[in-house]
Amino acid sequence: MSWVLENLDVIAGYTGAHLVQALPPILLAFALSLPLAKLANSRGWLRTGVTTTSGLMYAIPSLPLFVLLPGLIGTGVRSPLNIVIALTLYGLALMVPTASDGFRSVSRDVLGSATAQGYAPAARFWQVELPLAGPVLLGGVRVVAVSTISLVTVGGVLGVPSLGMLFVDGVRRGIVAEIAAGVVATAALALLTDALLVLLGRLLMPWHRGREGSRP
Amino acid sequence: MNENPFLGALEWLSDPARWTGPSGIPLRTAEHLGYTALGVLVAALIAVPVGLYVGHTGRFKGLAVGAAGVARALPTLGLVTLFALLVGIGLTAPLLSFVILAIPSLLAGAYSAVESADPATVDAARAQGMTEWQILTRVELPLGMPLLVGGVRGATVQVVATAMLAAYVGSGGLGRYIFQGLGSQDYPQMIAGSLLVIVLALVLDLALLLLQRATAPRGTAAA
Repeated sequence: MSWVLENLDVIAGYTGAHLVQALPPILLAFALSLPLAKLANSRGWLRTGVTTTSGLMYAIPSLPLFVLLPGLIGTGVRSPLNIVIALTLYGLALMVPTASDGFRSVSRDVLGSATAQGYAPAARFWQVELPLAGPVLLGGVRVVAVSTISLVTVGGVLGVPSLGMLFVDGVRRGIVAEIAAGVVATAALALLTDALLVLLGRLLMPWHRGREGSRP
Repeated sequence: MNENPFLGALEWLSDPARWTGPSGIPLRTAEHLGYTALGVLVAALIAVPVGLYVGHTGRFKGLAVGAAGVARALPTLGLVTLFALLVGIGLTAPLLSFVILAIPSLLAGAYSAVESADPATVDAARAQGMTEWQILTRVELPLGMPLLVGGVRGATVQVVATAMLAAYVGSGGLGRYIFQGLGSQDYPQMIAGSLLVIVLALVLDLALLLLQRATAPRGTAAA
């Protein structure tokens, strides 16, 4: 416990670095998944392709991907950019099929009624289709957020600064409190982000009570 | 690093000396698979009975979902290093972490498998005089088997992907190549080790997907 109190600035610094690597993939995966899912839903074969690619992508272990990316895109092994890119890919692998399901769950009759009422295609998407797909999208983002925040720590073994450094440094120096602080901080960050997403969902979608649990 | 590291990795992999002996690829792969199997098995012994109970009775559902959510938020690297300090370097620390990692998927797979049975079908079985045990083993489980196998698949892929962290705290497995490469700045070796883990994970995922399809009872759509 005294280690934690004496090193609050270290923990705060790593938490900041952690968020810098975790938040862009979560936001990017969400934003990019919407057009990709719409595109996938427009053609049957594209949808099959997207589902298969996502499944394969998700089976690729994170540390090996962190190792391979620098060789493919020319960054350094310790660059946080590798982590951001790899985690965006994982996020997309999870989010695109979810968004695709979400858009498909919107009734065609409802969309037809909106068109009949004079909604232009763009307005129909933003004001009818997106809000109705919202609860499913929220469920997907929650899973992406929790797994992304947890996976950022793996970069620690390669020397990329994040809360994972507390594990690497703690095991090297034999400080249990340092590792425990890292586990608690990472889990707290993940659960806090999840709670914020639920709250955001309630504010943006007051008709939905957030019953969607985490998916199996 | 004046040559293409991927070519270096291929050279590393094609060296016949890598394919024999106690630190050869076949033995490291076997270790890796062994850790995965043991982790998933121990987790299944805990999670599947609990999941079946929750799914069949509908009790403690909120507790199970909540516990699985918290377990998912725990970073595995943190658990591996924490247990390594608490119980010492060796296999126990990584195995404990793999069990914790595998439990959420298995638990969710087990209770959703039982829950997926149509309540009308379950009521019909009860009306015919089946005991609760018979309903579980002869109606709910066969119908939900693809979901249960899906849980096993999810857990296995997660553990096989994470099993390389065992090498970080002194055990074997394919992670050895990655961490040795990291220690000696040998990037081609790191890539070779990474490719081996990726191939192993993809092969296991595909094999369990086929098993999942095969366990769907005839006359129902595969999950």
